[in-house]
Amino acid sequence: MLLGRVLAAVAVLVTAVACGGEEAGSPPEDRTLILATTTSTQDSGLLDELLPVFTEQTGWHVKPLAVGSGQAIELGRRGEADVLLVHSPEAEEKFVAEGTAGDRRLVMHNDFVLVGPERDPAGIRGATAADAMSRIAESGAGFVSRGDESGTHAREQQLWEANGITPAGDWYRSTGQGMGATLRVAGETAAYTLTDRATYLTQRDSLALDVLAEGDRALLNIYHVIEMTTRAGDRVQTDGAAAFADWIVGERAQTIIGEFASDGETLFVPDAGKDEATLGN
Amino acid sequence: MDVLGEGLLEAVRLLLTGAEDTWAITGLTLRVSLAATLIAFLLGVPAGAALALGRFRGRRVLLAVANTGMGMPPVVVGLFVTVLLWRGGPLGALGLLYTPTAMVVAQAAIATPVVVALTATALQQVDPDFLPQMRGLGATRARALGALLREARLPLLAAGMAGFGAVVSEVGAAQMVGGNLAGETRVLTTAAVLATSRGQFALAIAFGLVLLAIAFTVNLVVTLAQQRHAVRR
Repeated sequence: MLLGRVLAAVAVLVTAVACGGEEAGSPPEDRTLILATTTSTQDSGLLDELLPVFTEQTGWHVKPLAVGSGQAIELGRRGEADVLLVHSPEAEEKFVAEGTAGDRRLVMHNDFVLVGPERDPAGIRGATAADAMSRIAESGAGFVSRGDESGTHAREQQLWEANGITPAGDWYRSTGQGMGATLRVAGETAAYTLTDRATYLTQRDSLALDVLAEGDRALLNIYHVIEMTTRAGDRVQTDGAAAFADWIVGERAQTIIGEFASDGETLFVPDAGKDEATLGN
Repeated sequence: MDVLGEGLLEAVRLLLTGAEDTWAITGLTLRVSLAATLIAFLLGVPAGAALALGRFRGRRVLLAVANTGMGMPPVVVGLFVTVLLWRGGPLGALGLLYTPTAMVVAQAAIATPVVVALTATALQQVDPDFLPQMRGLGATRARALGALLREARLPLLAAGMAGFGAVVSEVGAAQMVGGNLAGETRVLTTAAVLATSRGQFALAIAFGLVLLAIAFTVNLVVTLAQQRHAVRR
């Protein structure tokens, strides 16, 4: 009998909470779009500069999800994001070929750099990316990988592959974390890592890591904006996707990107409308 | 070591000036975690009482489930809630993902097993003859049950505090269902993680210290209330 009362009380509470929850949950806000992007755009602070201006100019409110490029593409594929700003060109091309994505446009680039301890045990200073990777593998000096299917991780894997190296062993560690955390591990363990220049520059003061190899075409880090379509999911807001994509390749956003700097060094080069093949020349 | 000292100074500065949206982030942290704890308490106390006092098949298995739930990783709960709330998920039409409401739901799911298990333990520690005696004295079942809950109020408050402690400090679910959106779903734990990944360690430590301070304040208030009752007995 007591149990009956208790169960009844539970039932009433569950119902109350369930109904209350529905009332409290506001309906999807009008004109809010979901942008899936990479940790580098958030960790460098670029998004903080761009999004308020976008909202002010278009009225679209943005929910930015800063994840690895792999996860960002997966969110797009499932129709959980309206627009993507990512830097994993090979994966992007495959994804666009699947047919759920719409327009893919060039936005900006910076570059990847190989960083490591100042004493440079593998002797990669000034080497090409390919040479540097094979010297690191041969010397067995430590290398820290993102290991998270991000754009940076994808590029790192391409660099190993191009050299016919399968990275494995004590010298190769995978953090599965973002760029900031991975730089930290590399710095604390005096190991090498591949990083985008923007994240490195914003954090270098607290890192015991130097840029050792840079300026190679194989290290270009190119960002594209990809609009999703309703082929990915019924609730994709194609008008929001188009608004964001059009805006970020437009004059105002490109100016903000070009002027965005840390300690006086610009971090990204705006590239809207350029031919991708000419980048880095 | 200087980063710890800087963090302490930074925490004081943040609390005094409200810089870096600290007040808004702290307010949201309190609102979300207190709401989740309240829901967990309202669900968990009756459920825990049923498990402690009921006589039905599967009671012990359910207790074991609640005890397991106490150790449930927030990131797993966050993942379940996220998948349920996805646009393409079963509850996608509600549009709740990346809102504070979604965070309350996930955190309530984390705290409820804690409250259930601790409530069951608390009530089982009261003298088993308590209920029959109250009934013998002529109390109705509801009054007898009310007296039992009053008798166990100290451990019940402790259950609530444990639930609050579990949710205010978790980052996995808050990050996943909230998305750490500035000005919308950023709470102290996710703000600390973001500051860390940006290499702003003093700021991260400051957020951590603010979190400690508010967790302490909430627990202090509840503990003072609890102990005042304890003295009166």
